[in-house]
Amino acid sequence: MERHRIQTPLGRAVGLGSAKSGFEHWWMERITAVALLPLGVWFAGSLIAQSGSDYRTFVAWLGAPVNTVLMVLLLITLFWHAALGFQVVIEDYVHSDAKIWALLAARFICFAAAGIGILATLGVAVEIWTAS
Amino acid sequence: MGSRKHERPLSPNIQIYRPQLTSVLSIANRITGVVLTGCGFILVIWLVAAASGPDAYSQFQRIVGSWPGLLLLLAATFAFFLHLCGGIRHLIWDSVRAFELKQIYASGWTVVAASLVLTLLSWVVGMIIAGQN
Repeated sequence: MERHRIQTPLGRAVGLGSAKSGFEHWWMERITAVALLPLGVWFAGSLIAQSGSDYRTFVAWLGAPVNTVLMVLLLITLFWHAALGFQVVIEDYVHSDAKIWALLAARFICFAAAGIGILATLGVAVEIWTAS
Repeated sequence: MGSRKHERPLSPNIQIYRPQLTSVLSIANRITGVVLTGCGFILVIWLVAAASGPDAYSQFQRIVGSWPGLLLLLAATFAFFLHLCGGIRHLIWDSVRAFELKQIYASGWTVVAASLVLTLLSWVVGMIIAGQN
């Protein structure tokens, strides 16, 4: 089936659609979603494998380079995806003047959480690397 | 926007419709997304606890290992798999596939069944491993 194009030639060339940043938001939500599939499966599998393990075992696991890198990637992707999702939820339900503050707060909290999580992960990793 | 001086009648909204699999899974995907963001914050607290040392870590473990903690973890596991499977369903839709009503119901029930099975499987395997540790 051929799809009808109702865009102007310029609009088609620029390729952004009617909204300015709408496509970017939609597309990044998909990119992070696809990235979260393997990362999420890795994380769930690791959690199950670490069931009931003590501090030493867990820290040794997190400090293994593969796991450190994957955890950092998970934190970036997870909170990026969360920030994009939360933005839509706020835009849909908050219609007062608080909207802009809610949007700012959601994004700030997601970025801060990712930053703190990455720092903690690297802190554990450095400790393991220098100890061995 | 602007000020709304006159309250005009609104068209029927969600409260008047019978819940259906399609609508329930739609809102469930959003709710689980919000829940999983909360779980993301708990993950960060967990990592900070691990970085802070054995005492902080064991305190975190005690809270998660308590009955309310385990119950929340179970709910979080289900939310995780529901959002994961629902997300895959959305990605399939994004490729303009499986849009027939029959397929939508089939994929919807598949998401529900897969989430339940994966949650159960995760906990059975997890408890076996925890028993060995």
